[in-house]
Amino acid sequence: MNSPSTTVIPSAATTETPFKRFVRNFFEDRIAVIGLVTLLSIIVLALLAPFITPQNPYDLANVDLMDSRLAPGSETMDGYVAWLGTDGAGRDLYSAILYGLRISLVVGVLSGIIAATVGMSIGLIAAYAGGKVESVIMRIVDLQLSLPAILVALVLVAALGKGVDKIIFALIVVQWAYYARTVRGSALVERNKEYVEAAKSLGLSKTRIVFRHILPNCLAPIIVVLTVQTAHAISLEATLSFLGVGLPQTEPSLGVLISNGFQYMLSGRYWISFFPGLALLLTIVSINLVGDRIRDVLNPRLEK
Amino acid sequence: MLSYFIRRLGQAVLVIAVMVVLVFFGVNVIGDPIWMLISPEMDQDAIARTASELGLDKPITEQFYHYLKGLVQGDLGRSFVHGEPAIRLILTRMGATMELAVAALLMAIVFGLPLGMYAGLYPNRKSSRWIMAGSILGFSLPTFWVGLMLIMLFSVMMGWLPASGRGPTVEFMGFESSLFTIAGWKHIALPAINLALLKISLIIRLARAGTREAMLMDYVKFARAKGLSHGLIVRVHVLKNIMIPIITVLGLEFGSLVAFSVVTETIFSWPGMGKLLLEAIQRLDRPVIVAYILVVVILFVIINLVVDILYSILDPRVRLGEAKG
Repeated sequence: MNSPSTTVIPSAATTETPFKRFVRNFFEDRIAVIGLVTLLSIIVLALLAPFITPQNPYDLANVDLMDSRLAPGSETMDGYVAWLGTDGAGRDLYSAILYGLRISLVVGVLSGIIAATVGMSIGLIAAYAGGKVESVIMRIVDLQLSLPAILVALVLVAALGKGVDKIIFALIVVQWAYYARTVRGSALVERNKEYVEAAKSLGLSKTRIVFRHILPNCLAPIIVVLTVQTAHAISLEATLSFLGVGLPQTEPSLGVLISNGFQYMLSGRYWISFFPGLALLLTIVSINLVGDRIRDVLNPRLEK
Repeated sequence: MLSYFIRRLGQAVLVIAVMVVLVFFGVNVIGDPIWMLISPEMDQDAIARTASELGLDKPITEQFYHYLKGLVQGDLGRSFVHGEPAIRLILTRMGATMELAVAALLMAIVFGLPLGMYAGLYPNRKSSRWIMAGSILGFSLPTFWVGLMLIMLFSVMMGWLPASGRGPTVEFMGFESSLFTIAGWKHIALPAINLALLKISLIIRLARAGTREAMLMDYVKFARAKGLSHGLIVRVHVLKNIMIPIITVLGLEFGSLVAFSVVTETIFSWPGMGKLLLEAIQRLDRPVIVAYILVVVILFVIINLVVDILYSILDPRVRLGEAKG
């Protein structure tokens, strides 16, 4: 009597894998698709930078000081047109932005992935160990999250000095706690579910249960945090570099480019800061749009 | 109530104690302070002399003892650059930073609250969608770049506001510590907008969510059944109820305003403690860095404490829940 209704629903749901459903839902939102396309184009442009730019802006043989501070659209000594203008050292801004994007993206993504790995492990340990270990870890997480990221990063960089490795380390320190808190939250929920009970009664080891059974089920919120935090890390790196405590001039990320243009701002040469900033803005907004959509799609409460 | 207050005070003191230890060992272990203090031209002899002058050749436990002793007496060492006690330097600059942060906070409420409530009352209007899109943009825009664009637009191109040209910004270009006095609202307008931008987005989101929720509540339906006008319901019943969470979040966000003023103060050459911190970092002025961190941590702890206690007075569920857990 009651069997038809209970058997029909699962069979209808299994015709589509969760991943396919996720992809289909994601593409339903036009703005998110625009964000994704923008983000992918930015990544491709950054990857192809050496092949599609008229000069390598950090090869001194390529750069002519005579070309410095040209307005957008003027022709350089080398004969190509600098569509976005040139900076104070005579570098073509279009080339400098694409090379700068590479550094900004690498720093943001790398620090995000390492912070996610570290944070996830610590969060899982907290959730599974419980008791004193958990409360100590969570107090540290609370303390870390109560301090503004920019302050912690500033002070760390002040102590460590400039450099790509140092800034990545500082970004990891300010980010790991978000992942730890997120993973612990979902792991606490997952821990009491039946499949964990089943795995336990099969006699599987603790590590296996944590990493093979619980972790995959906590990944959805982690992916959301990862997108948001990567955008945040890119912005934070740019801010630190702008303030002159982030990356050195030899590793010119977008923040360094904007910082270099700051001194020309007041004489009306807006483009030296404006275009790198626009590239930074596009990158961050497109990551945030994609992240926003992923959160909506993965949120079970909004599922139709 | 008293036991909640005492427990909360104990936590606050613990956080400060932990930070005092962390700051000391952070500065002394992560970076070698001697390496941070000497100039590259110094020879071995000069390095040793500097180290013993500052007590850096003593064992770390003894250094820690001296640091604690100084801390209790309110002495955090002298600034290497300014030659003044670090703590006094910070405190004299604190006024400017507070002024900026409060102005930004007020601006966030003045702009954010009406926009957010409007978007919450009429979620399907096109204008509301634009408000929400703007708030996403506000979250994404890097503060420092917005600051540059504000200077470019309002100072360089329009020439309306004085954060530009001849004023304080030029002094910053020459890396002079600008000691100008605040010439009224015109000077504070741009930095305050810059600092407020993130918070405006935040309040728009909070106010919108709160308003949408409140409009579905029974007390709003009842007020409507009583025949009260739409404006009166929104102004009295909805506004009052959404203000509790907004005030709480704003209290907690005040700390992050102070932190972010490092960026804004640097761009607009605002002579507050954030700019002082950045100069200290660039010149490796360690006592000033340590003093800044400790002052800000204590400030944060006090703000959090006040907000928590106010909140527990406004909403008894918080303190009952804490007592149980």
